[in-house]
Amino acid sequence: MAEIHLTDLTKSYGPTEVLHHIEGHIQDGEFIVIVGPSGCGKSTLLRMVAGLETVSSGEIRIGERRVNELEPSERDIAMVFQNYALYPHMSVRANMAYGLKIRKLSQAEINRRVEEAADILEIRQYLDRKPRQLSGGQRQRVAMGRAIVRDPQVFLFDEPLSNLDAKLRVQMRLEIRKLQQRLGVTSIYVTHDQVEAMTLGDRLMVLNGGYVEQFGTPIELYDRPASIFVAGFIGSPAMNFLPAEVKDGSVVLSNGVIIPVESPKEANVTLGIRPEHLQPEPEGAIALQVEMVEQLGANTLLHGTLQGTDKALTASVAGHATYENGEFVNFSAPASMLHLFDPETESRLEL
Amino acid sequence: MIENRPFTRFLTHFVLICGVIAVALPIWITFVAATHDELRMNQAPLPLLPGSYLWQNLKQTLFGEGLSGTEQAPVWLMLLNSLAMAMLISTGKIAISLLSAFAIVYFKFPFRMTCFWMIFITLMLPVEVRILPTFEVVANLGMLNSYWGLSIPLIASATATFMFRQVFLTVPDEMLESARIDGAGPMRFFFDILLPLSRTNIAALFVILFIFGWNQYLWPLLITTDTSMTTIVMSIKQMLEAAEQSPQWNIIMTTALLAMIPPVFVVISMQKLFVQGLTETDK
Repeated sequence: MAEIHLTDLTKSYGPTEVLHHIEGHIQDGEFIVIVGPSGCGKSTLLRMVAGLETVSSGEIRIGERRVNELEPSERDIAMVFQNYALYPHMSVRANMAYGLKIRKLSQAEINRRVEEAADILEIRQYLDRKPRQLSGGQRQRVAMGRAIVRDPQVFLFDEPLSNLDAKLRVQMRLEIRKLQQRLGVTSIYVTHDQVEAMTLGDRLMVLNGGYVEQFGTPIELYDRPASIFVAGFIGSPAMNFLPAEVKDGSVVLSNGVIIPVESPKEANVTLGIRPEHLQPEPEGAIALQVEMVEQLGANTLLHGTLQGTDKALTASVAGHATYENGEFVNFSAPASMLHLFDPETESRLEL
Repeated sequence: MIENRPFTRFLTHFVLICGVIAVALPIWITFVAATHDELRMNQAPLPLLPGSYLWQNLKQTLFGEGLSGTEQAPVWLMLLNSLAMAMLISTGKIAISLLSAFAIVYFKFPFRMTCFWMIFITLMLPVEVRILPTFEVVANLGMLNSYWGLSIPLIASATATFMFRQVFLTVPDEMLESARIDGAGPMRFFFDILLPLSRTNIAALFVILFIFGWNQYLWPLLITTDTSMTTIVMSIKQMLEAAEQSPQWNIIMTTALLAMIPPVFVVISMQKLFVQGLTETDK
């Protein structure tokens, strides 16, 4: 169990810098999720912590140790890979014991640890099977078992659930979370799935194009996204963005609708509002022309455009509701639920 | 494609049967010749049904004086020589090409690809092409008339290196990474993970290389002058010319039959692995 410090970390392949000055301080026992679209460098960052990629500049500390130059096996970490990377010719037991055997633990100790991990993960009855005789979910457990038996200071997960079907993914997600809380091991988890990120992480590091967009708790990211990217990435359905202007203490949308906010500045802004924060109200200022209705059961999504413009707008209404295509529906938006962003820098403007 | 018309069915079977006959008939004649005595084999027409001398022929070929009137090594010794040569060549080829493929795929060293292409170019240099310089080298090293001389010049194998390279390229990178996290060094990874994963490919290659080694003719002919080092394949040819009288077909054919047994045994015993090794791509 240990803290992890990432200090001014960069990674370059030749002249191309793919990760730019990453800073992060991960507490002991914390579950950190690194999330971002594909190609944002999240896996590279994880592999740098694991020691599978070299560090171009900056420093990684695990506990008190600087680990930049250490081999993966010396860093006291365990990693779960996306395709599990189980050794196909070894039984489950041998797979889990392999690292311990190399570390020259006594056979009795190896057996004790393997069986303990097998009990935690409920895979004891599969110990003598080969990986190919197991289902995807079981392989996933074995891969985690292999990490647990090492009793490491840090768990690293590289999109471990992306090969599972949707239902199993939700189940394994909860199990990983429970397991991590039970073992209390500092963990870093990489995913491109924002729902997975929100439900798993104590804190989320949102990466985009090799930059950290925001590093905070899921609720911080949801309530106060630091940039348009984070705002659009976190939350489902995605946040609506509308071009607007701040004038005389209120926001003026492109179709002339005025929403009062307390802002002294005058500027062009991008207004962000989440679909679930648009409240249906007959007198509401924001009118949405319905183009498509999605019934999800618990709520209904209205897709359409802002009246008088071609700007896409989505609203989420609780319960079942029937709307006609082409109909206008009025919404109001409480000022506290609005997000303003600078259209140039795409970063958040404080109200 | 599934064809069900009677004529095409007949045609496919006809072609198959012709093929089987073309392959099996010479073997059948060899077998029949090995079951008759010398006298019958020198009469026309050639017998097409087995006779009753198989046991006697076998005894004379294997443990008797063999071909009468020559100073040949006993056939069992030649079988042993062939076996030693084929085993040395096939295991040597596999060991060396495994290691060189391992180096090429998993290590980044300067001129890595140059090395690979140099190995690849040796495909154009089989022993027949480089026979004089190779003979010179082997003679200078004093390896004439030895198992080492028989096998070492034939051991380097571009084909096998290339094949293992392809096999190793199909092993997912995560396997190596996971082994690194487990603390396995390069050689440990090689022996614990790569070797077991390429087990079927090794077996398939072993079958091919064993037969290649067993069938060597020109090279053993050149470097063995001592009859105690002759191999079975080259001796069959010599048997035809060696005797002063007319060829003793029954003994020659028995020897040929015996020479076929080890390769056939290797193929049959490793058939399952052989097919897996050449067809399966999933790691």
